[in-house]
Amino acid sequence: MTDPPVPYRVLDTRPETADTVTFRLAPAGRALPPFAPGQFAMLYAFGVGEAPVSVAGILPDSGLMHTVRAVGAVSRALHRLRSGDVVGVRGPFGTGWDLPLAAGDDLLVVAGGIGLAPLRPLVQAVLAAPQGYGRLNVLVGARSPDDLLYREELGGWALPYCGVTVDRAGAGWPGRVGLVTALLDQARFSPAETTAFICGPEVMIRATARELLHRGVLPQRILISLERNMHCATGHCGHCQLGPLLLCRDGPVVGYDRAEHLLTVREL
Amino acid sequence: MMGHGGLFAALPEGRREALLAIAREVKYPVGSRIFEEGGRADRFWVVNTGTVALDLHVPGRRAAVIDTVGPGELLGWSWLFPPHHWHLGAQATGEVGAWEFGADSVRALCARDPELDHALLMYVSETIGKRLRSARTRLLDLYGPAGSGQLR
Repeated sequence: MTDPPVPYRVLDTRPETADTVTFRLAPAGRALPPFAPGQFAMLYAFGVGEAPVSVAGILPDSGLMHTVRAVGAVSRALHRLRSGDVVGVRGPFGTGWDLPLAAGDDLLVVAGGIGLAPLRPLVQAVLAAPQGYGRLNVLVGARSPDDLLYREELGGWALPYCGVTVDRAGAGWPGRVGLVTALLDQARFSPAETTAFICGPEVMIRATARELLHRGVLPQRILISLERNMHCATGHCGHCQLGPLLLCRDGPVVGYDRAEHLLTVREL
Repeated sequence: MMGHGGLFAALPEGRREALLAIAREVKYPVGSRIFEEGGRADRFWVVNTGTVALDLHVPGRRAAVIDTVGPGELLGWSWLFPPHHWHLGAQATGEVGAWEFGADSVRALCARDPELDHALLMYVSETIGKRLRSARTRLLDLYGPAGSGQLR
């Protein structure tokens, strides 16, 4: 039995790209338990349906921030939300980013596309307590400069290294073009004392994790966020099964030591 | 040893100095063209600072930037393989500082030192392999609306 969605009101919305929007929510009544970076909520667009969406921000007074790309019926409905609208929220669900594991380590945060959204609260948590960690590196890959999320915020993060690369440069783009792994040469980290947090398309996750293993980062210190078809979010329906893992419950954040062999199996 | 430490880290002991002895330090201001597609590939660079955009001429349009080379990376491999012509153009997108190596001098050095020759060839091959993997992966348009491809 799952809990019913709790009403949350849209405080404001902000377009990120042509098809992606960020909105902030506040409880319209009872608040859900606190979310941790890397966890997700089931957002219910009334009359349309429910979809899993990672938290992109954890706000005061039980508020939440989400970034949604319009790709299906539910996400298109969420994309159309306006300030004052009400959505249903269930959660928090799933494993979050294991920040205590990274205590004292250099940190590599590697994001591809909208994968930056679930990593954003992690970066904010580290920036709020930098003394607990080594050097924080943020590496971002996007399709084009126009597809970059949180552009202004990225520029404002005071980090030892913050790199952005795009697949296709537009006119006047002065930055890098290429895969996000190409940024690793500029990042500042000692592989044996590094924890990596990766989120993005699975092909990008695999390419990044392999490169990090090659450089000497331990597989159990490579944490990846996986996406599957999450329905119930409570580990009952099995839609999000990946081998022995039910990703809504055992994930979405999984150590690469557990996930590596599962990501190369053609049928599970 | 190959790896992520750049060309100099990939060379056997003592060879870094030998290679640097025939290098010269160069600087390219923002926007300057370093080489042009189709031109004679008679040198290569190791970038120290700044970023270089590799582009492909598209008639009637702005040149398409298809890759970039940053600090510590190798700029130019066409000098190694016939017909020794650049496949792409290169432009400094920021102030670029680099070590420049003449292909003839490097070839002469390698002819006298098979170990250096092998290490250099391995490093250039690895660089080409990385860029090929990058280009192939980007062909998938991973971050595009269709994600990693069509559903079964």
